[in-house]
Amino acid sequence: MIDWVWLAVFLPFVGFLINGALSFVRPKATTAISTVGVGVLVAAFLVALAVAAQFAGLHAEEPILVPLWSWLPIGGLDVTVTFQVDALSVVMLVMVTGVSTLIHIFSIGYMREDPGYARYFAYLNLFVFFMLTLVLGASFPILFVGWEGVGLCSYLLIGFWYSEKANADAGKKAFLMNRIGDAGFLIAMFWIFKETGSLAFDEVFRQAPLILAVGGPTITGITLLLFLACTGKSAQLPLYTWLPDAMAGPTPVSALIHAATMVTAGVYLVARTNVLFAMAPLSSWVVAFVGALTALWAASIALKQWDIKKVLAFSTVSQLGYMFLGVGVGAIASGIFHLVTHAFFKALLFLGSGSVIHALHHAYHHTHSHEDAQDMRNMGGLRRWMPWTTGVMWIATAAIAGVPGFSGFFSKDEILATTFARGHDNPSFFVFWLIGTIAALMTAFYMTRLMLYTFHGPNRTGEAERAHLHEAPWVMTGPLVVLALGAAIGGVLNLPEIFPAGAGWLHEWMQPVTASGDFYRPLAHLPIGTEWLLLAVATIIAAAGILGAWRFLRPAALVPVREAAPETGLQRILFRKLYVDEFYDRFIVRPLVWLSRYVLWKGVDSGVIDGVGVNGSARTVRGFGAIGSWLQTGQVGTYVFFFVVGVLLILRAATRI
Amino acid sequence: MLLGPALGVSAVLFAIGVGGVLLRRNAIVIFMCVELMLNGVNLTFIALAQQLGPDGQIIVFFVMAVAAAEAAVGLAVILAVYRHQESVNLQDLNLLRG
Repeated sequence: MIDWVWLAVFLPFVGFLINGALSFVRPKATTAISTVGVGVLVAAFLVALAVAAQFAGLHAEEPILVPLWSWLPIGGLDVTVTFQVDALSVVMLVMVTGVSTLIHIFSIGYMREDPGYARYFAYLNLFVFFMLTLVLGASFPILFVGWEGVGLCSYLLIGFWYSEKANADAGKKAFLMNRIGDAGFLIAMFWIFKETGSLAFDEVFRQAPLILAVGGPTITGITLLLFLACTGKSAQLPLYTWLPDAMAGPTPVSALIHAATMVTAGVYLVARTNVLFAMAPLSSWVVAFVGALTALWAASIALKQWDIKKVLAFSTVSQLGYMFLGVGVGAIASGIFHLVTHAFFKALLFLGSGSVIHALHHAYHHTHSHEDAQDMRNMGGLRRWMPWTTGVMWIATAAIAGVPGFSGFFSKDEILATTFARGHDNPSFFVFWLIGTIAALMTAFYMTRLMLYTFHGPNRTGEAERAHLHEAPWVMTGPLVVLALGAAIGGVLNLPEIFPAGAGWLHEWMQPVTASGDFYRPLAHLPIGTEWLLLAVATIIAAAGILGAWRFLRPAALVPVREAAPETGLQRILFRKLYVDEFYDRFIVRPLVWLSRYVLWKGVDSGVIDGVGVNGSARTVRGFGAIGSWLQTGQVGTYVFFFVVGVLLILRAATRI
Repeated sequence: MLLGPALGVSAVLFAIGVGGVLLRRNAIVIFMCVELMLNGVNLTFIALAQQLGPDGQIIVFFVMAVAAAEAAVGLAVILAVYRHQESVNLQDLNLLRG
């Protein structure tokens, strides 16, 4: 079955082709479109499960390669389209296809009335195709194809409602910010090829420890460039600002691409290349540092956002920070563990918010009102109309806030515990642990704030609209319930060591992938007492965040958007997202535009290339033409005269020898 | 024998031809001057053939044949130009001025 893993990749591509064709000829055939769109995903998920089951039975230490065809045979480089099945890619394969299937099903309800229904499913299928290429590719170029492909789909889906300029701009912003990172990826690839003469994972990871010095400038440079690519794709400081804007796309897209799968590609890349990062302690430290800082930075902004999706977007950035902290301190399995649990609870949160937005949108649609259907100040008390959504959202909130027993508690705790353990080698990791813990407190706080303002307290939607509020159809709540199950019990994948049975399953599972990296930085083990202490701290932090929000926030005091007063002081700074966008605009975008317009366009392009190059060569030719034309008198006598003079000169020259 | 005077005469003939081509304006006169130059060169060939073998004489025959053909074509062209322009004065014929 493993040899058939390509089926999981190409089924979504077939779905893309069919839905893409339907979007031109039968855009209204919703039944056919949803059948194809969801059908290929279900099939891909089944293939993924079969592959995973067989792989689990093999206990393979080496990755299983599935070569398909030779793509770029150039001299000494032969890039083959090869898929790699190993412990890491199997986890990603099952997670991506599973979550994608649920979100596809949810989309049937959410996008039903959209005129671009077929186009939407075509893009979504295409995204899954590229995402699976990314996680299954057995070499850097194949991974890069998927990497760029998911970026393309992200762009297409952020700007899905492209008739509004803000949405199209958000798509462009995401695309451009990712280009910065991708430049790093490309240079890293060239560098790797120069050093090892290969781009296939198995070859590179076997060669690198043999020929590169541990901690040397080469390996550090390569890994830092790779991490630059990760900061773009996974929205870390300083390239994170595209992700909050990416919320302009449809909400299921935010759930799938901008929370559960695509943005975790950076974490996957670091985990995949963990040998290289393990050989470069400085790069690993940078990864952990950026991760910790981003976790705190984004969590603080999320504290004061009013748009329900913006809160979740910054929460995503913050949680991605945790994952990078995890892989940065060498806890590869823990990073992937958090990636998986995050996929469950963040997809659930986004889909839940989608269900809320869906309800408000319909209510406002009925009354022809143009209120903002995403602003939490227009919500409140929705639990009366949406009991299912409220229930599953609370489960997800418990998971992300780290309530003991829920999945996020275990995964986040593992990352923080490993960070704490690393503190014995390098005290700066104690600081990272502290930052992560403070961010965890903020996480619990802003998530409870979101829940309170959305589902509790009095309703602020409006008198006329209230009658039209309703729970989402089963096709939307069904996936929510399944995801809630995952968010609640996902922790069993990797229980901490204090549990007598079944502890560290994912850790064991990932052993073949992480072993060579662990050779360079063995994971430190905490004494059982410290482990219990950290668990207690995490519990207290989660409780403090939730109870603090419950105690200090007053949903009853909120007013709808149109009556709300603007924020002041620190609240305003947080609401305006720490003015990072303004900062970038002022110090990067505007100078760049100025440079482009006045130096590159008016100076280089118009002046040098057009002026000297194009028009200058034309003027030169015309000048010579004028001389020639002036010589052409039409008088035979003149010609003969020059002829005779010429002959005399030649004769003179010839006779002087 | 007599090589020097023969070459001298041919040089004079050639120079007169060149001068005529440069200075005269009537196309027919210029044409005759060209013939003069050709014959000046022919005389050189003949004179040198006395010492260097018969190759020069053969070339003279070629030159005479070409000159005859040239005279035929040239005179026809001049006649055609005259019909067209009512003139054989080269200064009036400047249609190709750039």
